[in-house]
Amino acid sequence: MTELTLVQAVNRGLQQAMRDDPDVLVLGEDVGVNGGVFRATEGLLKEFGEGRVLDTPLSETGIIGTAIGMALYGLKPVAEIQFLDFIYPAFDQIVSELAKFRYRSGGQYPCHVVIRAPYGGGIKGGLYHSQSTEAYFAHTAGLKVVIPSTPADAKGLLLTAIHDEDPVMFLEPKRIYRSVTGEVPDGDHRVPFGQARLVREGTDVSLFAYGAMIPIVSEAAELLSKEGISSEILDLRTLVPLDEAAILASVEKTGRAVVVHEAARFCGFGGELSAILAEKAFYSLKAPIARVTGYDTPFPYALENLYLPNVERVAHAVRATVRSG
Amino acid sequence: MRWTHVQYSSVVRGPFSPEHHSRVISGGRVGRRMPATQEKVAPGASAAAPDSGLPPAELLAAYRLMLLARATDDRCLSLQRQGRIGFYVPGSGQEAAQVGATRALHPEDWVFPAYRELAVALTRGVPLERLLDQFIGNSGDLLKGRQMPNHYGYREFRFMVASSPIGTQITQAVGAALAAQRRKDPIVTISFFGDGATSSNDFHAGMNFAGVYRAPTIFFCENNQWAISLPREKQTRSATLAEKAEAYGFPGVVVDGTDIQAVYRAVSDARARAVAGEGPTLIEAQVYRFGPHSTSDDPHRYRSDAEVAHWKENDPIKRVKDLLVQAGLLDDARDSALVEAARAQVGRALAAAEQAGPVAPGTMFDDVFATPTPRLAEERAEFENFMREGVIKP
Repeated sequence: MTELTLVQAVNRGLQQAMRDDPDVLVLGEDVGVNGGVFRATEGLLKEFGEGRVLDTPLSETGIIGTAIGMALYGLKPVAEIQFLDFIYPAFDQIVSELAKFRYRSGGQYPCHVVIRAPYGGGIKGGLYHSQSTEAYFAHTAGLKVVIPSTPADAKGLLLTAIHDEDPVMFLEPKRIYRSVTGEVPDGDHRVPFGQARLVREGTDVSLFAYGAMIPIVSEAAELLSKEGISSEILDLRTLVPLDEAAILASVEKTGRAVVVHEAARFCGFGGELSAILAEKAFYSLKAPIARVTGYDTPFPYALENLYLPNVERVAHAVRATVRSG
Repeated sequence: MRWTHVQYSSVVRGPFSPEHHSRVISGGRVGRRMPATQEKVAPGASAAAPDSGLPPAELLAAYRLMLLARATDDRCLSLQRQGRIGFYVPGSGQEAAQVGATRALHPEDWVFPAYRELAVALTRGVPLERLLDQFIGNSGDLLKGRQMPNHYGYREFRFMVASSPIGTQITQAVGAALAAQRRKDPIVTISFFGDGATSSNDFHAGMNFAGVYRAPTIFFCENNQWAISLPREKQTRSATLAEKAEAYGFPGVVVDGTDIQAVYRAVSDARARAVAGEGPTLIEAQVYRFGPHSTSDDPHRYRSDAEVAHWKENDPIKRVKDLLVQAGLLDDARDSALVEAARAQVGRALAAAEQAGPVAPGTMFDDVFATPTPRLAEERAEFENFMREGVIKP
């Protein structure tokens, strides 16, 4: 075990995979000499050389298109998109190509690419360095969508992603890249997909969140416990595949659900979670499902602290939910 | 303008000027859209590819493939009108470019096609029956009825699976080339695309990446003069498409795509360069799409019969036939027999393909992921229950 920040854990995950498998390589903008703008790939160029750490020209469609070709050939590319906000030039390659290769070829051409992208707000990044657009990818058949919230999960989920057989969107909550530290197992530590993490056990309400919202929700639960409200927290970890069984079991126990994400509310992932609960846990619910999310505006620079869900907004929603039934 | 720093083709050498930077490497006649400054370069002018072209016996085999592609096109256009297949993308007029280019490849090379590459697939060895299975979308279709006709792919023949978005295969071919380079495999990848694709994001990105990394890849542009209704002149102000390669730091060549030998030499040369570590080549094969863009298109809305007739004077099939007649390998009687044999082969393959049953409905849920997610398994169970109860019917 080693005490690491989340971004260090990503780095160790990449290093581990590259040491274990010569087919793993990293490509993206500024990932080599510069070690990535967040330093997630620091030291990899020195250890593995230019053949396995490719500083690419500034073109997201070029990065993902070439990564797809590499994967078709049998390599295991890990592509970095510098910010999730910049991924759209590659959207065609991701949703039309990467997500559909296995399906459209009748299984002849699996195409396993891991796309890493820092995402989310809270770093004063304004419109174009802050967005949480995980729902676009979760909506596309053929993509797995993974979001760690702890250093151990960052490494463990990343290693699982790199050794998976399908395309994986690996979204890294950059707001907590360095603010969260934790013990990380050494070696080839893997965390399976499709298993939510029980962050906190509780009996009155279930809180569902992921990424940088986990520390916010945890703090809110701590605050609420002093008011006599017992909150259960599930960190979803992987939106696709989703651990529906754990989600339903929690609500069957608590009877109340509050969904928290920083993405905009309308058609956000919380809408899907709410629908699943309405369809499959309706008779367990004692109160309406609540959502605490970003607003349906573009991401505001100066007002980001007011846009993002915070401890008070989460606590407010939980109190209202508990009071209502 | 200065071009002095540009390394141009190993096929065409000499000082650069904007007037002389793209030339036809064949002795063939070219259509009227061609720029006036093209020059003829003798076969074998390249040091990298001493190959002087397909030998006569190969030429005859190539001719038969071209006839088969043409016969398949003709038959499939009528099958679509009869409602026996849902859609079709004809490639008539482009057979010499496709067969010539593919004959210059090695079996271990990787092909990244667009959706108009029937003659490429046939030349790679894909059985016509498998292609017809795909056009019908039946239980024999390796793609399990998932894609529109012409969007096929066959791993066994290192023929990637096409998609409908334009140009996306270009960056992918570059990536596969980089993977081959990394593994030191002495192979090339080749992307096939049309004139319209040269305006796409992925053309730019792929050309740029390939130039930067000296990828062992060939960009094979079939400039068939029309991107649905948009003529080549409105696609770009550039005099040729090939000259775009200069900006990316590698050679671009224009070749008369109705001249199979010229295409074969150009691709052989590009392949030799790539395998030797000299990097990519852009080849612009100038051809003409004789038919509609697809069965959903009416070309009379945007081009004249006279223009089509003009290009048909240069039908690549006629040109190869002339070569074979000159070589004493073909006469009119034998040619008629070959044409008939191609039609008969299409008829037999079609009869076999139409015997196959439909795709099993439950396969809709296969191959989304290697292992279905719980959500997919649940949807499949619901679907199969609906089928059993007759809520939905095949």
